[in-house]
Amino acid sequence: MTTPLLEVENLTKYFTLNDDIVSRIAGKSRTLKAVDDISFSINAGETLGLVGESGCGKSTTGRLITRLIEPTSGAIRIGGEDLLAFDRPRMMAARKQMQLVFQDPYSSLNPRKTIMQILGRPLEIHEPATSWRDRRERVLELLNLVGLGREHIDRYPHEFSGGQRQRIAIARALAVNPALVIGDEPVSALDVSVQAQILNLFRELQERLQLTYLFIAHDLSVIRHISDRVAVMYVGKIVETGPVSDIFAAPLHPYTRALMAAVPEADPDMPAPKLMLQGEVATPIDPPPGCRLCRRCPIATPNCETDPPPLREVAPAHFVACHNL
Amino acid sequence: MMGNTPQGGIENIVADTALSIQDLTVRFHLKRGILTAVDHISFDIARGETFGLVGESGSGKTVTARAIMRLLPTPPAEIASGRVVLDDQSVYDLSSEELRAIRGRKIAMVFQEPMSALNPVFTVGAQMTDVLRTNLKMSRAEARERAVELLQLVGIPSAGSRLGSYVHEFSGGMRQRVMLAMALSCNPGFLIADEPTTALDVTIQATILELIDSMIHRLGMSLLFITHNLGVVAHSCDRIGVMYASHLVETGTTRAIFANPQHPYTVGLLESIPRLADQKRYLTPIPGTVCNMLEPPQGCKFHPRCPHAMDVCREQAPPLREVAPGHLAACHLHAMATV
Repeated sequence: MTTPLLEVENLTKYFTLNDDIVSRIAGKSRTLKAVDDISFSINAGETLGLVGESGCGKSTTGRLITRLIEPTSGAIRIGGEDLLAFDRPRMMAARKQMQLVFQDPYSSLNPRKTIMQILGRPLEIHEPATSWRDRRERVLELLNLVGLGREHIDRYPHEFSGGQRQRIAIARALAVNPALVIGDEPVSALDVSVQAQILNLFRELQERLQLTYLFIAHDLSVIRHISDRVAVMYVGKIVETGPVSDIFAAPLHPYTRALMAAVPEADPDMPAPKLMLQGEVATPIDPPPGCRLCRRCPIATPNCETDPPPLREVAPAHFVACHNL
Repeated sequence: MMGNTPQGGIENIVADTALSIQDLTVRFHLKRGILTAVDHISFDIARGETFGLVGESGSGKTVTARAIMRLLPTPPAEIASGRVVLDDQSVYDLSSEELRAIRGRKIAMVFQEPMSALNPVFTVGAQMTDVLRTNLKMSRAEARERAVELLQLVGIPSAGSRLGSYVHEFSGGMRQRVMLAMALSCNPGFLIADEPTTALDVTIQATILELIDSMIHRLGMSLLFITHNLGVVAHSCDRIGVMYASHLVETGTTRAIFANPQHPYTVGLLESIPRLADQKRYLTPIPGTVCNMLEPPQGCKFHPRCPHAMDVCREQAPPLREVAPGHLAACHLHAMATV
């Protein structure tokens, strides 16, 4: 078996709230379990879609993998090497292998820099030996790669539309030839007609450059479209993971099922969105020890409150964390 | 719609119209120039009907909604042409007192961002009773009782004790419920919902959509539902209007629009959505981007992105034409077919 490009093991990030001395003495500190003991891996050339509702920890997961924030515990391995053991210079080098594309192309590009400066910057940092002329040549190549023209190189971000800005953000991520691209809701801010262009661009680039994607999104139809495998998160936990076709054809976890039933399909002949869960999303602050869904779950049993359900393999490569399946 | 009027007379149709937008044009006078946000659009919404206005950002949907409520600040906005008729009253001919009497009682609005539409420094109860006491001249006790009733109606648990809560103490979905309760407080016959679920997660969206739907039917209201999400309108509206770059490009029943879209933009929009059901490797996007609204192209605004663009499209803006009973599209392709 080949080593996966990215392996995440028991990754955990807790944030302490009310962490001042008074609260600590009074015992009022609380723990927000943003990401709680999750494990997954992504093979080279594969797309893993990470899906869930706001606050489930999917963006935190993306940031932990790039070490933009430090995990509380767990292991992250890229190409078999332990990322968390890296010192600063080695981490810098490792970042060349994994690049992020953010949601909002209006705030992720510096408005005072030209496209040449924005796209040239990662090259200056990671390949300081390249001459200005070579860098410019490479930036032109990148623009061409993402479907922009040579004439765009000396313009500023405000001269571009949302979709074009997202192309620039993608070009910046690709500037250092990464193996892994983490997209954190990269198409959520775009209108559907432009969203389709950017999704196609992601796919095309993956085929041309053999990229590996971790694609974080809340939109199930986008996840369905782009992913090979899917991991569904709910309040800091992965509740179900498996091949995209399995998950969408036969979702098993009560949360996955509820999520899918709630999506309004753009077709009046399809069933209308249904409600399958009562109440609201549980809070990640001092959650109960058992399953995070237990209080909303239609098939919950008493042990769901107390025992955390482990991920079990129910079909080849299809894992579900539920006591009652 | 004709079929619903037993006598079939024109008066009946007119009397059955809850809201009529006639040739409405809204311009904004900006430093950078004049921006036409809504360009000669007309549509009617019948009593008890739910009408979805869809389009991408900047297409003019929200400006239309605000123009109906007379909420646009003039200047910079200017109603350059047209009328808005609500229950036989021309909204722009009303005095400010008459307008106040209509807002809330005949027509109410639910906004996308409950956090910015509700007042953060007053309790929910104070805001709700304020509306009831001013508009319906209720006593303090009556208003309180009615507010509790309304919060129960929209499904807020332990409504009585939540009256003393502030907006930030509610979750996103609950805030939207509070907003809906406030909109419904004076029994309006017409509700405008401007992207009411856009900021919410899908499971919460489903609950709010179901709630709006049940309220509309229970209280016999008409609804103008504004959204960019075609999935949402597919399940919650009787009829749909599609806007592109300040124009209404197509209207028809929901079924007709989805099964048999007639405007190339609507066709493109429907094709560009990734769907849960069928799995294509590549999507079919609409090429290009929305035109700059300060310097829009001549003729049909969609022609630079349209796969069927002809010479006439570059010169003349196509009017809305009936392509099938009750189904209108603004496209020169249909003129060719009918001539």
